[in-house]
Amino acid sequence: MADSAQAAGVPAEAKAVGSPRHSALIRVTHWITALGFLALLVSGIAILLAHPRLYWGETGGVGTPSLLDLPLPFVLTGQSGWGRYLHFLSAWVCVWTGLIYVLCGLITGHFRRNFLPARSDLSRHYNLFQGLTYLVVVFVLFPLMIWTGLAMSPAITSVFPQAVTIFGGQQSARTIHFVITNLLVLFLAIHLIKIVASDFTNRMRAMIMGKERA
Amino acid sequence: MSRILTRRRVIITGFGMAGAAGVPAAARLASRYGLIPPDPGGIYGVGETLTYASQRLLLSRNSLAREFDRSQISKVFPVNGPPPENGVYERHMARGFRDWRLQVDGLVARAASFSLADLKGFPARTQITHQACEEGWSFIAEWTGAPLSYVLNLVGVRPEAKYVVFFPFDTNWDSLDMPDAWHPQTLLAYGMNGQELPTPHGAPVRLRVPRQLGYKSVKYLASIKVVDSLKNIGNGLGSISPEIGYSWYAGI
Repeated sequence: MADSAQAAGVPAEAKAVGSPRHSALIRVTHWITALGFLALLVSGIAILLAHPRLYWGETGGVGTPSLLDLPLPFVLTGQSGWGRYLHFLSAWVCVWTGLIYVLCGLITGHFRRNFLPARSDLSRHYNLFQGLTYLVVVFVLFPLMIWTGLAMSPAITSVFPQAVTIFGGQQSARTIHFVITNLLVLFLAIHLIKIVASDFTNRMRAMIMGKERA
Repeated sequence: MSRILTRRRVIITGFGMAGAAGVPAAARLASRYGLIPPDPGGIYGVGETLTYASQRLLLSRNSLAREFDRSQISKVFPVNGPPPENGVYERHMARGFRDWRLQVDGLVARAASFSLADLKGFPARTQITHQACEEGWSFIAEWTGAPLSYVLNLVGVRPEAKYVVFFPFDTNWDSLDMPDAWHPQTLLAYGMNGQELPTPHGAPVRLRVPRQLGYKSVKYLASIKVVDSLKNIGNGLGSISPEIGYSWYAGI
């Protein structure tokens, strides 16, 4: 990208200021993940509405003590059907996209360069807190999301029982899945607010076309 | 510049041609090795097929669902839906299932039917397993029954068999592929928590498939058929579930 920018006649200094530039790979994986996450969120809510109550341990149901009763109605009219289909389809999309993003990010040094706190805090594009937040989202929250999702699968846990026992049971995994969803939604909200508050047009240009206005 | 574009075009064309030739070939191969579920259609079918194929490829076919201690058995065992509301089932229930027989036929050497006493006379397996509903709730219970594999061996499954289909007294029919049908924890369960199987839980006999969600464990069994294709049963999707918007494979 740096080569093509110079070839296109953009002065080298222009890169250092204003919105960060994003490689084609980051832009494509960003928008696929954005769509996939939205689909996961909507379908996850559809599934949750079949039983909007959370438990701790292995089991839980109507008539047993719950950890949290969400102020939502029990919607038992089959909304979980399309919810489940869409949830697992978009999970596949997000997992593959995420794998490509993480592998390429490790190979190209994207995470080290842009998100890890620099020794002298000279990280060009993100401040310390922002960088760490992205790292936590990519390397902690999303992997935990996948893990707790798989921990609810009776077929997967027949092979890897520790995948669910480490959380204390299938209902605990479901509850943690829900809690992390909330953290990811919180991240998304702050992410969107910051974009709108800083320079919406240029940030969107940067993530869609790869460059901000000169 | 032109060299890069040419190379890019070559690569894209190459991938395109390989993809065009590869997808049907991969589909044929996957189908041959039993990696395509009976409900692979539509955009959602892509996700279902990926899940089913990757689990059948990557997971051991004989891995056992987690089993628990007696102390972990739940206190509440919720159910979804009422028992079958038809005369045949109600008559069987009124007579304590004395005349009930489980017909087993299809691609078998010796079609047979078994009474409740016959099933109870076979070597029994008791297991304490977790059952989760797709809605989100779950319970742990102890199940006793005859392993389906024992009954399949009695009737002699023919080599071309690909699925075992379960017909209950209500409309919630379903089917299993052979790995799950032969699985040691797949039971024709007639006992629950040391008692006779209660009516709301599927009396006289229900299927138990602990590596899949609860809805695969067909209640109120009437007959079993071994088949090589599901095309001509119901809508041809392997179960009532895809017909009402849920996936055939529920190992998730």
